[in-house]
Amino acid sequence: MERIPILRMGNYLLVTIQVDMHDRLAMTLQDDLTQQISKTGAIGVLIDISSLEIVDSFIGRTLANIAAMARVLDAETVVVGMQPAVAITLVELGMSLPGVRTALNVESGMELLQTSRGSFARGMQDDSSGN
Amino acid sequence: MSKIAEVLQKHQGPLLDEWMKRLLEGSRRTDLISDKELKAQATELLGSITTSARSGKVSEVNGPEWSATREMLHEIAASRAKQGFTSSETATFVLSMKQPTFSAVRSEFAKDTDAQYQEIWAATTLLDKLALLTTDEFLAAKEQMISRQQEELLELSTPVVKLWDGILALPMIGTLDSARTQVVMESLLQAIVETNSKVAIIDITGVPTVDTLVAQHLIKTITAARLMGADCIISGVRPQIAQTIVHLGINLTDVITKAKLSDAFALALAKSGRAVVKVSEPAARMPGREA
Repeated sequence: MERIPILRMGNYLLVTIQVDMHDRLAMTLQDDLTQQISKTGAIGVLIDISSLEIVDSFIGRTLANIAAMARVLDAETVVVGMQPAVAITLVELGMSLPGVRTALNVESGMELLQTSRGSFARGMQDDSSGN
Repeated sequence: MSKIAEVLQKHQGPLLDEWMKRLLEGSRRTDLISDKELKAQATELLGSITTSARSGKVSEVNGPEWSATREMLHEIAASRAKQGFTSSETATFVLSMKQPTFSAVRSEFAKDTDAQYQEIWAATTLLDKLALLTTDEFLAAKEQMISRQQEELLELSTPVVKLWDGILALPMIGTLDSARTQVVMESLLQAIVETNSKVAIIDITGVPTVDTLVAQHLIKTITAARLMGADCIISGVRPQIAQTIVHLGINLTDVITKAKLSDAFALALAKSGRAVVKVSEPAARMPGREA
């Protein structure tokens, strides 16, 4: 079965969507990602959708859901690299993804994750080094 | 079967002279068209009408027999639209042919009043149709001009400029409608991707009025930019517009607004960790200006 790979980079999970998202794939990603977050204890999830050219309301809702689920599991989600056409489509569909943080590219998305959780992550590290 | 073609053929010379006389003494625009040009057009048109009428189908101006005449009228109407004639002046060009034609018919069927009536009726129907056709073509040419200008205006009025690394500005000028906002939105989002900009300033100093629709368009653009990972700042909100926005109950609380473009630029610089500082006294004079 087709799957979207989830890469682990330190405390963060990296998801790059390179294929056309269909509904089953989106549901699988949602399952896999939540499992991975709880398994790895990741504090941030970065979803790169720069190759995604077509989006519908279901995919939009799934993105919002993934972000909400990740927040429940104590991880921040950043969606990066959204194409203009995709952004316009989502706005026209009335989905502004209010709970999702966004960035222009992977680099600035990573920066965003690090600055927002930076102090907290350092705190954890200090704790572990102290032990 | 109408004999109008034969009448036109037979009386071509005097008819043309009479027509030209009418054209010249009527409301002629010497500033827009020369006598010579007018005569050439009239001669050509009369010849074409005669040829088309000879086919027998005098009243079917939309049929294939009349295609050459239609083409000619199209050209005449298009050139007049460009030259700046009014629609009635253009229609009068064809309609002024009526009287000479009627005179020709009258002299041809001097004794047969029935035939005279019939031919005059045929001629007036034909010329009316041709005049209407000319007016239609004239209006079509005008409309084409307007739509082309609109397109040009659309392209002219939506420039996206780069103020600094990662800071874009979109100075909007003129009234915003749905079509324009779509272009503005697309060009701004495209520019954000191309220049990798984190902040976009939408300056609405040149927008005369902001209504609910315009505000909604602005909010949509800002939301789309946020989805892509860029922040938007609105600048150039004039006092009247601020009043209108509040009176209309438009919620702009989630949007950063600044009074002037310079304020927005300062904020954008601050957001990207930059600042403008004065390094020294403005001693640098322009090179060629030194005494």
